[in-house]
Amino acid sequence: MATKKFMFVNRKAPYGTVYALESLEVVLISAAFEQDVSLAFIDDGVYQITKGQNTDGIGQKNFSSTYKALGDYEIKKLYVEKESLEERGLTPDDLMDLVWEDEDDDWAEKPSIILVDRSEMTDVLADQEVILSF
Amino acid sequence: MAMLHIVNKSPFERVSFRSCLNHAKAGDSILMIEDAAVAAMDNTSFSDELKAAMADKSVYVLGGDYAARGLSEDRMIDGIKSVDYAGFVDLTVENETTQSWL
Repeated sequence: MATKKFMFVNRKAPYGTVYALESLEVVLISAAFEQDVSLAFIDDGVYQITKGQNTDGIGQKNFSSTYKALGDYEIKKLYVEKESLEERGLTPDDLMDLVWEDEDDDWAEKPSIILVDRSEMTDVLADQEVILSF
Repeated sequence: MAMLHIVNKSPFERVSFRSCLNHAKAGDSILMIEDAAVAAMDNTSFSDELKAAMADKSVYVLGGDYAARGLSEDRMIDGIKSVDYAGFVDLTVENETTQSWL
């Protein structure tokens, strides 16, 4: 099967709607088909990967730790838009430490989060073959 | 005749929060739940608007929704009161009417 560049665009906060969780499920399914998968976190989507999420008070499953497993599925390009963080009073330090292990470099842990500005994000999106929006 | 305004949409995504601020009267209360909880954080592109509304209105946030999104209490706008579900019920009882800005 031919490999295509798949981009999952995440634009909503987690828990208030089901979009974030549904996106994550499809991302994991796509990994099984060995495609070139990237994720984009734009607008309220940046809240999906904040660290310290605690869902005890709302009776919903905290699925944020699943993002940490993406590296094990060869999903290692998580583009985060700088302006979206800034508008929400967030910094890259507020995000989870998401990494992948490079087998060509003695399994060294490397960061999966790629911070890009809005114009760079535009180029990343333009470079895709399939875009799925959540 | 105070009213409780309940907002559940992020101000960064929909205009419902702004519409609520435009229609709430002095002495009313505003409760942020679900995705609207992200607006409780300070130093955002929306925080000045919310702080301006707090001059004559009380603002509350459902603490569980705020914490679920990884946001910490120490970065919340000063003066916003964090409530739990029981506090949510109290607010609906204390106010004459409620309006949900869906």
